[in-house]
Amino acid sequence: MILEFIAIIIVALCLLIGSIFSLVGVIGLLKFEDSMTRLHAPTKVGTIGVGAFLLASMVYSSVYGGGWSIQELLIMSFLFVTAPISANFIAKVNMHKRACETPPPPVNDETWATYKVPEDNLPEPDTKSA
Amino acid sequence: MAKAFNWLLPHPLLTLLLVVVWTLLQNDVSAGMVVFGVILGIIIPQITAAWWPDRPQTIRLGHMFSYAMVVLWDIMVANIEVAKIVLTVPNSELKPAWIAIPLDLVQPEAITVLAGTITLTPGTVSADLSDEGHSLLVHVLHTDDPDAVRDEIKNRYERRLKEIFV
Repeated sequence: MILEFIAIIIVALCLLIGSIFSLVGVIGLLKFEDSMTRLHAPTKVGTIGVGAFLLASMVYSSVYGGGWSIQELLIMSFLFVTAPISANFIAKVNMHKRACETPPPPVNDETWATYKVPEDNLPEPDTKSA
Repeated sequence: MAKAFNWLLPHPLLTLLLVVVWTLLQNDVSAGMVVFGVILGIIIPQITAAWWPDRPQTIRLGHMFSYAMVVLWDIMVANIEVAKIVLTVPNSELKPAWIAIPLDLVQPEAITVLAGTITLTPGTVSADLSDEGHSLLVHVLHTDDPDAVRDEIKNRYERRLKEIFV
């Protein structure tokens, strides 16, 4: 009985924390003006927000659903592995579209991989008119 | 004997991971499911071997675990900081910045983990790698001192990753 009471408090707290951080993420998405700063908002929802929801789900189904449930850990790890890749793609699109400030040159190499043109794709030098 | 072991399990850690993931997917630890997981764990590494020709041979799991704990903690702290920035800093005072981080890591796997860590920590997103792979481009949401952020990433994450991927 007392255990169920503690569990329900933990579930409620986790849901509350998750909702707050999701809300802040959405506010950030609406508030920021350019596409690069907007990209920072969803990383919050994707980590703490979803993490807290999954923790709530784990506690709830362990106490009320009959038996342990740790599948949520799997959701979490898949999310952690895939979220940076989509963020990276969006950042690269922004760089290509010049939708952001031009980044500084790299420290050790010539250029960023996104701006690198493969050599066989370079425009042909105009020899005929010369 | 060692040769047969290598042929059967070219990537023992991947096999272990697949068995664990399969068991978790079923949400049920029964002998049949574990045996099926082991079968998958033997077949999948063999057919995907072509995609990891130069995988790192030594990964220190103990360091990996403490690295994961550090990253989880940082995600929580950074989340609160970014929530403060979102709610209190007006757009006109926001100071986003690009940072170019020189990399000491050379293995693609290690660089991938570093870039993923940077993106998962709120407030920083890794955007690009230089053409030869020697520096990483990071976008910061709000900072007064870009050099301090660069040094923190190098000291906190890259140094630990160098210990994991020896």
